[in-house]
Amino acid sequence: MERTSGAASMSQTTAFLTDSTLCIGCKACEVACKEWNGLAEDGLTWTGNSYDNTGAVGHSTWRHVKFVEGFPEPGLGGNASEQSSWGFSSDVCKHCEVAGCLEACPTGAIVRTEFGGVFVQPDVCNGCGYCVVSCPFGVVQRNPEDGRAFKCTFCYDRQKVGLQPACAQACPTESIKFGKLDKLQLVARERLEKLHSRGMKDAELYDPTDTSVGGLHAFFIVRGDPRQYNLPPNPEVPSTYLKAGWTASAVAAGLLLFGSVFAFLGSRK
Amino acid sequence: MSTEGRKRPARDESDVSRENRLLEIRREAETKGRIEAIGVRPVGSPFPVASPETGYYGVPLLKQPPWTWQIPPYFFAGGAAGSAAVLGVVARWIAQDRELARDCRYVAAAGTAVSSVLLISDLGRPSRFLAMMRVFKLRSPMSVGAWTLAFFGSFSAAAAFLEILDRRLRSVPLRVLGYLTEGISALAGLPFSNYTGVLIGATVVPVWNENVQTLPIHFGMSGLISAVSILELMGHENSALNALGIGASAIETLEGYNIESSRKPSIAPLKHGTSGLITRIGGMLSGPIPLALRIAAAVSGTQRSRKLRKAAAVSSIVGSMLTRVAWLQAGHVSAKDWRLPLEP
Repeated sequence: MERTSGAASMSQTTAFLTDSTLCIGCKACEVACKEWNGLAEDGLTWTGNSYDNTGAVGHSTWRHVKFVEGFPEPGLGGNASEQSSWGFSSDVCKHCEVAGCLEACPTGAIVRTEFGGVFVQPDVCNGCGYCVVSCPFGVVQRNPEDGRAFKCTFCYDRQKVGLQPACAQACPTESIKFGKLDKLQLVARERLEKLHSRGMKDAELYDPTDTSVGGLHAFFIVRGDPRQYNLPPNPEVPSTYLKAGWTASAVAAGLLLFGSVFAFLGSRK
Repeated sequence: MSTEGRKRPARDESDVSRENRLLEIRREAETKGRIEAIGVRPVGSPFPVASPETGYYGVPLLKQPPWTWQIPPYFFAGGAAGSAAVLGVVARWIAQDRELARDCRYVAAAGTAVSSVLLISDLGRPSRFLAMMRVFKLRSPMSVGAWTLAFFGSFSAAAAFLEILDRRLRSVPLRVLGYLTEGISALAGLPFSNYTGVLIGATVVPVWNENVQTLPIHFGMSGLISAVSILELMGHENSALNALGIGASAIETLEGYNIESSRKPSIAPLKHGTSGLITRIGGMLSGPIPLALRIAAAVSGTQRSRKLRKAAAVSSIVGSMLTRVAWLQAGHVSAKDWRLPLEP
């Protein structure tokens, strides 16, 4: 599996910690991302899903603020008990430790950068679309007009010159934190303890390290069940199915070869 | 446009009942202080809620496959071409059926030409097909497939070309070269006939990866029956073809039974809705129907047998094509199902 581990690369590896307990749903990250990366407009249709008209991350949306409106529950977001609970969380490419899209890419267009991020080189991508069906988080998408696949670049251009990604730069509450991976993992743990000690017992860290994804370079602190944020409990990279698939392929090849040998032997008079 | 000149439609029964309904709503509001009726709920209610049970408003997590109409016929043409290459070599060296071996070369070359065009035209940037040749990645079935296609395509095209040349020139070195290229194309044909099962099986789409252990065999057998059927429709009557058709249709019948008897929720797109209907029609046409026809053909007289085999061949080709369409369609339905990826 393609891992970034190794002490030398580790010191350079950067990460996002998105803390939904600090998110105010202002969408500054969405706007900053679109402006910096020159992405096309979208999210202008009424979904009826709270204040979220963006829908999901995709080829022209690399940051997406989720508006998680739940059943009435006292205390969440400071609401009165008879009102709906309301949480916000800014979604982004997870830059997986073992990235399904990177493994699936047949052209080598998707690479691991020196910062540990997963980057689609637009000048190499040929639009085969295989990364789209290989991402367990439904992040990468083919742009139907352009034909190539696009997703969050982790602001590779900005990181190159020592700047933090545009979304983190624009976030007014430091809900989006950017920093070194190992340090941010500590920050996340400390923050979680603090939240728990304050009585926010339902706060948890979403970073599926025990699945084949092997942990994220963009992890999240959310309140309540991560599933209501569309964060899957068991994300798996498709390469876990390769062994079973190629074994079956060998069986099929054997059936074809030996089947025809026997059939033609039988037809010989 | 003015409506003044038009005659207003006469009030009928439905208008009266709608008017009465308004009064009913008013009475209910006066007595209960609230209305419990569908007619006055705001559009879109019940109010959308994000929860572990409803996910994120039921917005699908996964993206749908971006592939266009070219992919099912690509799977079909590739499966038939790969199988034909293998059949050709076996027919030549075991059954000494040179006519069959020659046509196998042609089918393999034609299939490869069709599939190359289909695959390249499906790329978002067709002009960049050569980017596939930058790297070889064993972990990417798309990369393995592209290289197999390139390899298989070149050698099967060369074999067909050498066949034509040899017929005109009758030269021994050309014939030997022909055997060599034919052999290599058969070797590449073994994975090429079924790798598409791995290609879609090793993805995050639930209905596909759930079946990764059977898809390559399913697609491989589907490719074999279409190759056999094409060769029969070209006029070949070697009884080995019918025997292979019986075997492959039997395995396809078994696959259909497996799908029908499975109760896994991720299999649902293969049983319900449009994709389910296409799966069933495709399954019948490439499984039990040709199986029965071919068994009947094996035990009946020459004239009748010929007709039965032709019928089985047509049924198998249509069924095999529909099967690929069904699986692609099922993938779309499966990716749209927000429940599956959120299951614990």
